[in-house]
Amino acid sequence: MSIRERLSGNEAVATAIRQINPDVFAMFPITPSTEIPQYVAQYVADGKVDTEFICVESEHSAMSACLGAEAAGVRAVTATSSAGLSYMNEVLYVAGSLRLPVVLAVACRALTGPININHDYSDSFAERDSGFIQLYAENNQEVYDNYLMAHRIAEHPDVRLPLMVCEDGFITSHAIENIELEEDAAVKAFVGEYNPENYLLKKENPLAVGPYGVSAYYMEARVAQAQAMINAKKVILDVAADFEKTFGRKYGFFEAYKMEDAEVAMVIMGSSAGTAKVAVDELRAQGIKAGLVKLRVFRPFPGEELAAVLQNCKAVAVMDKSEGFSACGGPLFAETAGACINLDKRPKMIDIVFGLGGRDFTVDAAKGVFNRLENIVKTGKTGPVYTHMGQRG
Amino acid sequence: MIEIRWHGRGGQGAKTASQLLADAAFMSGKYVQSFPEYGPERSGAPITAYNRISDERCSIHSNIYEPNYVVVVDETLLESVDVAAGVKENGAVIVNTSKSPEEIKPLLKGYTGRVCTIDARAISLSCLGAYFPNTPMLAAVVAVSNCVDKDKFLTDMEGSYRHKFAKKPQVVEGNLKCLKTAMEEVRG
Repeated sequence: MSIRERLSGNEAVATAIRQINPDVFAMFPITPSTEIPQYVAQYVADGKVDTEFICVESEHSAMSACLGAEAAGVRAVTATSSAGLSYMNEVLYVAGSLRLPVVLAVACRALTGPININHDYSDSFAERDSGFIQLYAENNQEVYDNYLMAHRIAEHPDVRLPLMVCEDGFITSHAIENIELEEDAAVKAFVGEYNPENYLLKKENPLAVGPYGVSAYYMEARVAQAQAMINAKKVILDVAADFEKTFGRKYGFFEAYKMEDAEVAMVIMGSSAGTAKVAVDELRAQGIKAGLVKLRVFRPFPGEELAAVLQNCKAVAVMDKSEGFSACGGPLFAETAGACINLDKRPKMIDIVFGLGGRDFTVDAAKGVFNRLENIVKTGKTGPVYTHMGQRG
Repeated sequence: MIEIRWHGRGGQGAKTASQLLADAAFMSGKYVQSFPEYGPERSGAPITAYNRISDERCSIHSNIYEPNYVVVVDETLLESVDVAAGVKENGAVIVNTSKSPEEIKPLLKGYTGRVCTIDARAISLSCLGAYFPNTPMLAAVVAVSNCVDKDKFLTDMEGSYRHKFAKKPQVVEGNLKCLKTAMEEVRG
């Protein structure tokens, strides 16, 4: 039986952590993710979990502590945002290449500068090549559900990769909304125990962790890691199918919203997708065939599946909530366009960078994007491919 | 759907008040959103918080530009913030002040809609013996907006106070009196 509650995104993540009761939580605070370790510290103090709560002196150390714990064969988690995630950068790559399934909650926040505490995906997108699986959420319910699925995906023997559960800083992390929580016992049964095949402290099969990879071996390790990310696709869907069977909520690589006959569509992520859905509904009521794809899984990137759902559209706007400074479009655009390159018939495609540093995205702004797409369909002219939206001047 | 915008100053608890309203609406069976808009936080700086209260889950996650109701926790904000911006025609602006609605209206920069006032300071001082504007402001917005059934609201709040102040039962009566007085004394 689900439990009707109202929680912020951060409290939803902390609740999932309490229910899973990981072996180690390494903690270093940064806005807007700080509440997660605050809640977990309270659970530890109240005896609700027997997690080893390690206060470290930086995010670099937080991720390093998680690596050490995971290498020793236990579940280790942490949480961060923005510059904290950047400071983990070096160690994130180590987690990926050591194939240690650390689960990291990220309340996504802009990177400096100017210094800013609000939401965009500058931080998590900058780590897209780190070897972490990345799951994104529209609201508190989705971030909770993603967290419940995270360990099973990351720890699966075909995967064994670290995973980020991303939520939108403040917009999701600090917004209190209704949520359906699951019973503690049901969560524990769904997530299961972690029994890694090999680990550092297994006396029957001692293991070296993190040795030097000479050129004669390095590439094999990297290809094996790349294959693990490919394998993650099937595991993500299998775990989602079991989640739906167990708890009734359906997840995939993305949510295709009113895409069956869509002519104009948006590819968008996170809380903005919820806002844009209302624009889709309003435009549909006016007879405009609008739709959107809300991407849940950014790593691994579901290129083929995304291309298949976009191929019959006439015009598509990719909504990038990070500025990659490539001078020709944001990261989500580059990957979406790349995924569509071998389609026989492709939609015209534009990139819109929006919402940086918490700049608000409204239903009217979403309608404006669809109007632009309608105009592209009408005139047959794509116009400028790479633009920004919502800024002054 | 009812949309509410709160204006306060950092430290006065406008965000907490919006959370309390969300709690009350949640307990009455509604779907709720309560979220703050953060700038460089510092005590005394103007801050904004928001509520959406609806019968279906609301997927919009933008700020609120055309609220049904605006709650002003600190009347000195009237000088520096256009608190009445975008308020819907049948809505209202509710201000914490000892002044009357007629006295406040001219300060609202051309706003011609309904203005309500509540002396949250006097009520709080008399019922709680200290200045906590949240409780009377919460009651005032419930009384003006009817976003939650009033009797259900008082019953639910009593339950949550008894839970929250289990170790200090003497403050429960004061808080309830504060709520009831504010619901009766809101003007306009």
